[in-house]
Amino acid sequence: MANEVCFKNLHLDKPWTLETYQSTGGYEVWKKILKEKKPADEIINELKASGLRGRGGAGFPTGLKWSFMPRNAPGDKYIVCNSDEGEPGTFKDRDILRYNPHALIEGMMIAGYTIGAKAGFNYIRGEFWEPYERFEAAIHEARAAGLLGDNILGSGVSFDLHTHLGGGAYICGEETALLESIEGKKGQPRFKPPFPASYGLFGKPTTINNTETLASIPLILQNGGKWFLEIGIPNNGGAKLFSVSGHVNKPGNYEIPMGTPFAELLEMAGGMRNGNKLKAVIPGGSSTPMLPGDVMMDVNMDYDSIAKAGSMLGAGSVIVMDETTCIVKALARISYFYYEESCGQCTPCREGTGWLSRVVNRIENGQGRPEDIDLLLNVSKKIEGRTICGLGDAAAMPVSGAIKHFRDEFQYHVDHKKCMVSAAQS
Amino acid sequence: MSQSGLSTKTKSSKSKLHLLAEEVRAEIDQELTKYPNGWSISACMPALRIVQDANGGSLTTELMDAVAEYLGVPEISVYEVATFYSMYELKPVGRHKICVCTNISCMLCGSDGIVEHLKSKLGIGFGETTDDGKFTLKEVECLGACGGAPMFQVGRDYHENLTPEKIDKILDQLD
Repeated sequence: MANEVCFKNLHLDKPWTLETYQSTGGYEVWKKILKEKKPADEIINELKASGLRGRGGAGFPTGLKWSFMPRNAPGDKYIVCNSDEGEPGTFKDRDILRYNPHALIEGMMIAGYTIGAKAGFNYIRGEFWEPYERFEAAIHEARAAGLLGDNILGSGVSFDLHTHLGGGAYICGEETALLESIEGKKGQPRFKPPFPASYGLFGKPTTINNTETLASIPLILQNGGKWFLEIGIPNNGGAKLFSVSGHVNKPGNYEIPMGTPFAELLEMAGGMRNGNKLKAVIPGGSSTPMLPGDVMMDVNMDYDSIAKAGSMLGAGSVIVMDETTCIVKALARISYFYYEESCGQCTPCREGTGWLSRVVNRIENGQGRPEDIDLLLNVSKKIEGRTICGLGDAAAMPVSGAIKHFRDEFQYHVDHKKCMVSAAQS
Repeated sequence: MSQSGLSTKTKSSKSKLHLLAEEVRAEIDQELTKYPNGWSISACMPALRIVQDANGGSLTTELMDAVAEYLGVPEISVYEVATFYSMYELKPVGRHKICVCTNISCMLCGSDGIVEHLKSKLGIGFGETTDDGKFTLKEVECLGACGGAPMFQVGRDYHENLTPEKIDKILDQLD
């Protein structure tokens, strides 16, 4: 089965409208929660039972995250949605915002109710103008229908929701950088602890969840945690959106059960372009280590299976590379990205991403030195675990991953001052 | 409004508020309602976007100063934001800003050829503007539309699955 959760209404006419959303039971969960004054613990327990884990890449259990909030403490609290989708290869949240914005709004309101927040912000990357307008229109519809705002449906519960547009910075996808950005500052990650659940947006307790995570919640509560869990497999509950790009015939988003074999996903995506041979796959976005094609063909699309194969599910961003791909060139582009996007706060990342980018680039350009491959591994190791946020690791992992599986290609570039792939083709 | 703990003194005594048109101020005011009291600095990003759009796509120091003055925050806070985020332009740009993604998925799907076509068609390189002030070409990082690679953004609009022919059609339609 495909398209059971966030993409449930995708086949309907104008799925982004309130009318369409409500025609398939949208906002019924929200109304029920308000009417029954559902205890927050019940909601959290249902989420825990569902096995839902953060869809932004880290995979942290959502129910557990919500339970950290001091929901009965006095003062303001916030729910923040991370729609700053920017990891290369990831394009799922854009489609949720465009095609199912009401599920996200309902999910954010339920989250707010559960953690004791009366206000929420959706941080949408600045380039996403069309999704932003869709989301704003949906907020307007929900407000006009009395589903959002003051004293919702006479329940005494109030919730307000705003959008904050980004300005073009990958780092703002890191949750504390995102909070800094809403506060009108440079997006530089905060040191943790304190964690956002105690000191978050505007210094108040805050929960930050990914777009897909929040948009999944209404249906989980409507059908029950067990329903969601059983779509997937134990410890890897539910369905997940996979963004497939690269050398396939039908790139796009596919919402499929967790645990689906990669081979099946590849088939859904139309198989390999031009009938070429599969060479390598980046399974979870550019920061996750690439895996050789034959390894991937035995992997299932879930957290545990991909971890066992030596990489990560991440945000479910599957970048497919065929036999014509030069791995060194691919890595050079990825390394440049992290160099470009490092916020510059921590020395190992600020300097190290530059080293990685320059050294991979010189290998790619036929100027590699014999010691360069080991130098790359050495620099990667010196970045990993030594920075405030995960960007340093994100820059280091693809380097060590590519060299682990395709060292011969790097070696060939260094030895022959040219590309092994184009040499074989000519 | 001013953010607690921050000085609101501006370096220049001469007000630059006249640089912000009434419509611009109204839009900024709308943004200010989103944030709690004392957090006018939160409206810095939207304010810069609004001001930039009203100024033909780029910012000047005077405009940043006017934003600082309007929000009651130090000028340096506004400069920090304007220089950190890639969507703020600190030099004049053409009427149409073309942002081409060259990141991994677009690269795998032929963005090198797209860039080559754009450069030769427009006669400019990255970061440059055509002599007639019509186009600025900019290389950008992943825009989150990898399923439609190769892609670019012109103004606010995304264009996906680009080919040289499609690019010609898109650009030839613009004034």
